[in-house]
Amino acid sequence: MMRFIVPLVLFVVLGGFLYVGLHLDPRVVPSPFINNPAPDFKLSQLQDFQATFSPKDNLGKVWMLNVWASWCVACRQEHPLLVQMSKRGDLAIYGLNYKDRPDDAKQWLTQFGNPYVFSLADFDGHVGIDYGVYGVPETFVIDKQGVIRHKVIGPVTPTILSECLTPLTQLLGKDESTESPEMKKVMKKCA
Amino acid sequence: MRVNRLLPGAALVAVLMLMITLPGFAKEAATLAQDPVLEKRVDAVSSELRCLVCQNQTIADSHAELAIDLKNQVREMLHSGTTNEEVVNYMVERYGDFVRYKPPMKPTTYFLWFGPGLLIVIGLSVLFITLRSRRKRVLDAAPLTAEDTKKIDDLLHAGKQGTKS
Repeated sequence: MMRFIVPLVLFVVLGGFLYVGLHLDPRVVPSPFINNPAPDFKLSQLQDFQATFSPKDNLGKVWMLNVWASWCVACRQEHPLLVQMSKRGDLAIYGLNYKDRPDDAKQWLTQFGNPYVFSLADFDGHVGIDYGVYGVPETFVIDKQGVIRHKVIGPVTPTILSECLTPLTQLLGKDESTESPEMKKVMKKCA
Repeated sequence: MRVNRLLPGAALVAVLMLMITLPGFAKEAATLAQDPVLEKRVDAVSSELRCLVCQNQTIADSHAELAIDLKNQVREMLHSGTTNEEVVNYMVERYGDFVRYKPPMKPTTYFLWFGPGLLIVIGLSVLFITLRSRRKRVLDAAPLTAEDTKKIDDLLHAGKQGTKS
């Protein structure tokens, strides 16, 4: 009897590990920033170098920081969705133009549409490093207290938008606490 | 014939030429400071940090753009007087423990650190127990009777005859 049970148990355990492994994406590294204050910076706006912006300016608002670049292919994939979202107007999206050339970036916005309140010019990528950016596009959700509540790595998909970002930002707008059942449900969807 | 005799020499020259040009391919990131002591520290710190784009390389080994940026960041920070440990902590704060090539010792990584040792212990105990029970089975087996011995002899004998014919 044992000679059948032992290999069977080993097989099931091994199979279980491999099955779980199938659904893990090694590229998704959990951000240590979640529930920590968004790092401070001061950058010029892409379209108007005289004007600067700092995350502090957005205290009291729920907003999204979307890291993008004209050389980034996956950004093009999520872009129509962002444009659509900005037209609905329920959420402020700010762009972080990461390691780009100003002319290319402006041209890109003209060509594909500009969903951003404005974009910030991070040409040397220092702010990107400060935010732990390692794959563009990345999208941070920042709450009224200036705390990062969620980070999407890779392009935003319609599913992520409808199941995670939209409900999450609505709850954050209503100052829902982290412990509330609704918030927990949304965070589960986001994970 | 003449060509054949020349060939080894030509090959040698070709190999030598390759050896001369090979280092030229290795493009290093522009160094901020030509300070060998600083560069040594940059190397030490960056070989402890994982490149997140090409995950099985350190940022010291990788030529991905992010790795070069991070290396420059390390250099700048060390240059401005930050200690090695502080630089690693800065990266961990931003990219998580995954960025460290040597994972830290903490409850979530105990299995990682002790798993292999544990597996060896389990494997050796299984081996030991199996061997002992097998030896016991052999020792405990009833001794052969005269009838058994005869049967064996007959069988062996029959086998020998079989091969001869």
